[in-house]
Amino acid sequence: MQAKTVERTLIAIGVAFIALMLILPLVTILVYALRQGWEPFMDAITNDYAIKALNLTLLATAITLIVNTGFGLFAAWTITKFRFRGKQVLTTLIDIPFSISPIIAGLVFIMVFGRIGWAYPFLDAWDIKIVFAVPGIVLATIFVTFPFVSRELIPLMQAQGNEEEEAAALMGARWFHIFRKVTFPHIKWGLMYGVILCTARALGEFGAVSVVSGHLRGKTNTLPLHVEILFNEFRLTAAFSVASILVIIAIVILILRNIVEYKLKQEES
Amino acid sequence: MNIKTLFTGKALALAASFFSLIAALVLLIAPIDALADSKSISLTNVSYDPTRELYEQYNKLFRAYWKKTKGQEVEIHQSHGGSGKQSRSVQEGNEADVVTLALEGDVDKLRKAGLIDPGWVKKLDKNSSPYTSTIVFLVRKGNPKNIKDWDDIAKPGVEVITPDPKSSGGAQWNFLAAWAFSNKRTNGDEAKNKEFVKAIYRNVTVLDSGARGSTITFVENRKGDVLLAWENEAFLVQKEHPGAFEIIVPSLSILAQPSVAVVDTYARKHKTEEVAKAYLQYLYSDEAQRLQGKNFYRPSNPEILKEFKSTFNLNVQLVNIEADFGGWDAATAKFFAEGAIFDQIYKK
Repeated sequence: MQAKTVERTLIAIGVAFIALMLILPLVTILVYALRQGWEPFMDAITNDYAIKALNLTLLATAITLIVNTGFGLFAAWTITKFRFRGKQVLTTLIDIPFSISPIIAGLVFIMVFGRIGWAYPFLDAWDIKIVFAVPGIVLATIFVTFPFVSRELIPLMQAQGNEEEEAAALMGARWFHIFRKVTFPHIKWGLMYGVILCTARALGEFGAVSVVSGHLRGKTNTLPLHVEILFNEFRLTAAFSVASILVIIAIVILILRNIVEYKLKQEES
Repeated sequence: MNIKTLFTGKALALAASFFSLIAALVLLIAPIDALADSKSISLTNVSYDPTRELYEQYNKLFRAYWKKTKGQEVEIHQSHGGSGKQSRSVQEGNEADVVTLALEGDVDKLRKAGLIDPGWVKKLDKNSSPYTSTIVFLVRKGNPKNIKDWDDIAKPGVEVITPDPKSSGGAQWNFLAAWAFSNKRTNGDEAKNKEFVKAIYRNVTVLDSGARGSTITFVENRKGDVLLAWENEAFLVQKEHPGAFEIIVPSLSILAQPSVAVVDTYARKHKTEEVAKAYLQYLYSDEAQRLQGKNFYRPSNPEILKEFKSTFNLNVQLVNIEADFGGWDAATAKFFAEGAIFDQIYKK
């Protein structure tokens, strides 16, 4: 009886907390977005700048995904299937983006590629723009979402060990064959999980991107930055409308995440 | 057979090709901007915080004008933020063709960085300030704390909202106006002036990085009793929220002269010198001056300013940066440089 009460109280606290901290703000966004009806909402999200910002955010996210999935696979493979000196250092280095403030991440790129950065004379000579242009935004997004995929894969691959790969190698399988037939089926869902987390973070990244963006509307403005601009221009309805796009994408991602998590559990059992 | 020797060679090759793919991607997207630009002429205006609404309208006006006189489409990209912060981003490589910042000092930093040719102040009329403004107080309806002048906001228990002078131009004007008020009363007693501004900044509860951030803090987040604001910003708030706020004009304020300039180095690089210069010169045309007046900036053309005499309080006593502070170089060194008066009074 007593245990039941404790359980119920804990559940009630948990639900209340989540409702207050997560559900309420999200609902608020949608309410504010639609407060003045459907038309201002549609105007805000079909606005030229909003669409360009959405495109830029999607472009940056797509490139980030390609790069970080590739890198995550390599890193996890290297760290779990080989033994070498400095492995611990490498593992720690991969995690840097998790512990560093995104502002610092942005500033680092400014200090390297900006006009006062050491790489600038070279870039200027070739007329390449990195910071305050699209490549800088992509780089900053890659930086902050760097560890997601490898973080998911490393424990998974570590738990599996090398035996199956070694057996396949002994039987004369080529390495890509080994990867496709032996390693990949095991890590498939873990990889998906990492990719989804990475997507969610990349879409919403604000801090690092804000530093390297230059905030040029229609040019270097991502969707989260566009929300800030609208908010600062007293256009609250528009700001919340655009924010609701991000919320909807986030909810879709959340659902995908749960499906993948379920598959992952099935695989484990 | 060792798994390590089996994998290393090809894995390395694959890793190498993967990273060259990344490099190729970055190099590929880099010139996209440049390509897009070559089709129609494109102009980037890096500006300060409260000018968002002004330049949104002015850009339309200028595009029509340029189309009519030159038959060319011009696409204008805007960026807004705290004036000091914006100046910094241009120095770091945000390639603005023109800057329209809150104060001369922020534009002059770009000259010192080698981006703007010397002598820029005299290149345009009125020392390159097409419009001016001043600093006023914005209080809540009914003025519950009965704020009339600068000494009222130095009293304990009044919450003041103003941005950070380190990153905002408007905030520097705020600071200097407060100083000028005290200086007049104490007949130049520096120690007492310091005490006075210190008392004001002790009342500051939120120090945002730009003027618009402070306005949002005061208006939307309902923090503070008084906002030290650009006159144009205060009028804009009244327009957005009729009846909710009152503007208090202090007995003494400062003539705030925002500065505009072509960023010569970048304009030369983008081959936009002609359109950039025309863009700034057109700010002095009668249509543009009226537009500035409608957006609550004081037009620099005295004839057009008169048309707006019912809007602006033209009788307020205004000190100015040249005569009363010895110009921006002197004012920056004395008040806002590292370890200068603002740092001293804000420390404790």
